[in-house]
Amino acid sequence: MSVGPLLDIKDLYVHFHVFGGTLKVLDGVNFTVYSGEKVGLVGETGCGKTTTMKAVLRVLPMPPARIPGGEIYFKGRDILKMGAEELGRVRGEGISMVFQDPTAALNPVFTIGQQLGAVVRYSLAGGKRISRKEIHQRAVVALKEVALPDAERLLKNYPFQLSGGMRQRVCIAMAVAGSRELIVADEPGTSLDVSIQDQILRLLRRLVEEKNTSVILITHTLGVVREIADRVYVMYAGKMVEVATTEELFSRPLHPYTLGLMKAVPKLTGGGIADGIPGRIPDYLDPPGGCRFHPRCDQAMGVCSQEKPWFYRVSDDHEVACFLYREGGKEK
Amino acid sequence: MTDLLTATGLKKHFVIGQSGILKRKPITVKAVDGVSFAVREGETFGLVGESGSGKSTVAYTIIGMYQPTEGNIAFRGQSLFQGDKKRSSAVKKEIQIVFQDPGSSLNPRRTVKQIVELPLQIHQPEKDPLPKIVRLLEMVELPPDYVHKYPQMLGGGEKQMVAIARALATNPSFVILDEPTSALDVSIQAKIINLLIRLQEEFHLSYLFITHDLSLMRNVASRVAIMYLGKICEIAEAAEFFRNPYHPYTQMLLSSIPVVSAAEEELKPKKITSRGEIPSPVNVPSGCSFHPRCPEKMDLCSMEDPLMVEVEEGHTVRCHLFSPEQGGL
Ligand SMILES: Nc1ncnc2c1ncn2[C@@H]1O[C@H](COP(=O)(O)OP(=O)(O)O)[C@@H](O)[C@H]1O
Ligand SMILES: Nc1ncnc2c1ncn2[C@@H]1O[C@H](COP(=O)(O)OP(=O)(O)O)[C@@H](O)[C@H]1O
Ligand code: SF4
Ligand code: SF4
Ligand SMILES: [Mg+2]
Ligand SMILES: [Mg+2]
Repeated sequence: MSVGPLLDIKDLYVHFHVFGGTLKVLDGVNFTVYSGEKVGLVGETGCGKTTTMKAVLRVLPMPPARIPGGEIYFKGRDILKMGAEELGRVRGEGISMVFQDPTAALNPVFTIGQQLGAVVRYSLAGGKRISRKEIHQRAVVALKEVALPDAERLLKNYPFQLSGGMRQRVCIAMAVAGSRELIVADEPGTSLDVSIQDQILRLLRRLVEEKNTSVILITHTLGVVREIADRVYVMYAGKMVEVATTEELFSRPLHPYTLGLMKAVPKLTGGGIADGIPGRIPDYLDPPGGCRFHPRCDQAMGVCSQEKPWFYRVSDDHEVACFLYREGGKEK
Repeated sequence: MTDLLTATGLKKHFVIGQSGILKRKPITVKAVDGVSFAVREGETFGLVGESGSGKSTVAYTIIGMYQPTEGNIAFRGQSLFQGDKKRSSAVKKEIQIVFQDPGSSLNPRRTVKQIVELPLQIHQPEKDPLPKIVRLLEMVELPPDYVHKYPQMLGGGEKQMVAIARALATNPSFVILDEPTSALDVSIQAKIINLLIRLQEEFHLSYLFITHDLSLMRNVASRVAIMYLGKICEIAEAAEFFRNPYHPYTQMLLSSIPVVSAAEEELKPKKITSRGEIPSPVNVPSGCSFHPRCPEKMDLCSMEDPLMVEVEEGHTVRCHLFSPEQGGL
């Protein structure tokens, strides 16, 4: 087995060509997942989390999307250069995604059994034929794994007959049944109530730990990544701005954006909330040059509007894309 | 502090269809089913619950969109529902609301000026309302040239500020905030919340703050009520509430919150973890409606609905574990 990363995104750019111009959304994304790791990806709405992962699965609509630069290595092979057959194998056996909106992810005109069955047939069989009985059995097992009772009846149901929480569980069952290596979960449970979201997150964690699957958990809620991830990336306006082990990130956040977010989160300990971050996420038609955060940054310096910061290493398990941390320490 | 608004035994049921062979049995949703609370002058009273628990229905009944099925609401001691009598303009002016989704609560074909002007036209027409509108925008920290903008030109946070300006146009004393920031990102939420707190101090406003976010509540409310399936299960002072949550549902909610620090983790109840789903409000479970999900459930729980009991001064709980027959605490 190779010791290299399972997934390695290198300097990825994604643009959308729309009426009125080019949305320069991803601006050189670097992102790595090692085998068995649980990685969190956190950032506010519109920062490009879903776009990044859609690029990985090659499900971006092209046009309007274009990928003017970058590589996405999965087990050492560049997904962006794969032919249909190899890509099919990656989607069938390698990476699967739990989409943000479980209602949209499930096809309303097919039963749960038909949809889950298709995933099982496509991936678990690994190309060989399996009997209908076996497909059915595996589908039942998959539903039991996500703690859905009465699996036999559920397989005959249509998505609209299920609650939001049950639909989310079905999506997870499909992802888990489909993949053995990497699951990308895009805001699982976000649209659901906290008591249900908590159940979904615990379920996801249990499954990936049991099966030793790697997982990328996408969320806009800082607290959610803390519950699950070993390592966390913080994203802002199309770029990763900070990465650290979970423990390190939450005890020592460094990037001015991460700091602003942490202060804005209401705490159970009380004491009021800080005023947040002034301004809003930039217009991707005409994003600011240099560090894209500079118009909102209270520590911006001259260089910030001129040059793009790279990831600077502040310790073995902590990197920050901010000029304050160039050369291993704060700049004057 | 005196009570400004009191709800007593408030019920709002909706008939959503008929069942039975002859289609004679109405199917009812008991959206609000016997709720009592009081909002004191100058305070922020937090009403917390998961979706479908009946929070918005309480709000809409207060503003007069719905007539209560049973019970009453009084404002400054006067009933808001007096037979067929229309609510006086003076009372309408005093009670305002900010809705959850600023996208759909602002008319997309109207400018910011027209949106903020509307309540003024209804309640206190002025020859030249522009100076007042600019002043209202200033209060919510929006620049004066926003008067000519349309909602779709604004960010989510800015839309909500316009909605707040509109609510303040009539100089209300009581404002209902129905999940005012749940559609927004935290960095924008923070700004709106702090603005609301400043406005409250400046104009001595009383808030009924509706949310599903307990961490947010911890930071804004003076007192908190938890709602589940149309009923309140616990009310307490905010500090006491988070230190000593009694009701099993409250504990389940608190244990489910994702937090960002070890200090907060400490405050989460460890005994109870979330399980089960909220049942349909058409088929509310018998007895204590939380019993199918409750880890502390006893035989009595599925048979009898517990009463609200004051366990400590200002801290009431509706659970058989705390009924006097059970020996209380
Ligand atoms: N198909 C598309 N066409 C045009 N713009 C898009 C498309 N998909 C995403 N975008 C834009 O890319 C940006 C990032 O979106 P997204 O990746 O969904 O963010 P996130 O998942 O972090 O909320 C948004 O501004 C969005 O409008
Ligand atoms: N006008 C209505 N007609 C029928 N049912 C309604 C109506 N308004 C609300 N409900 C139902 O009442 C319950 C409580 O709704 P709501 O007050 O909106 O809850 P919340 O604001 O806590 O999410 C829900 O089950 C909802 O479907
Ligand atoms: S690079 Fe400059 S503008 Fe960007 S976050 Fe750092 S200090 Fe702020
Ligand atoms: S009354 Fe019974 S079921 Fe209801 S919350 Fe209390 S212990 Fe649980
Ligand atoms: Mg997304
Ligand atoms: Mg509501």
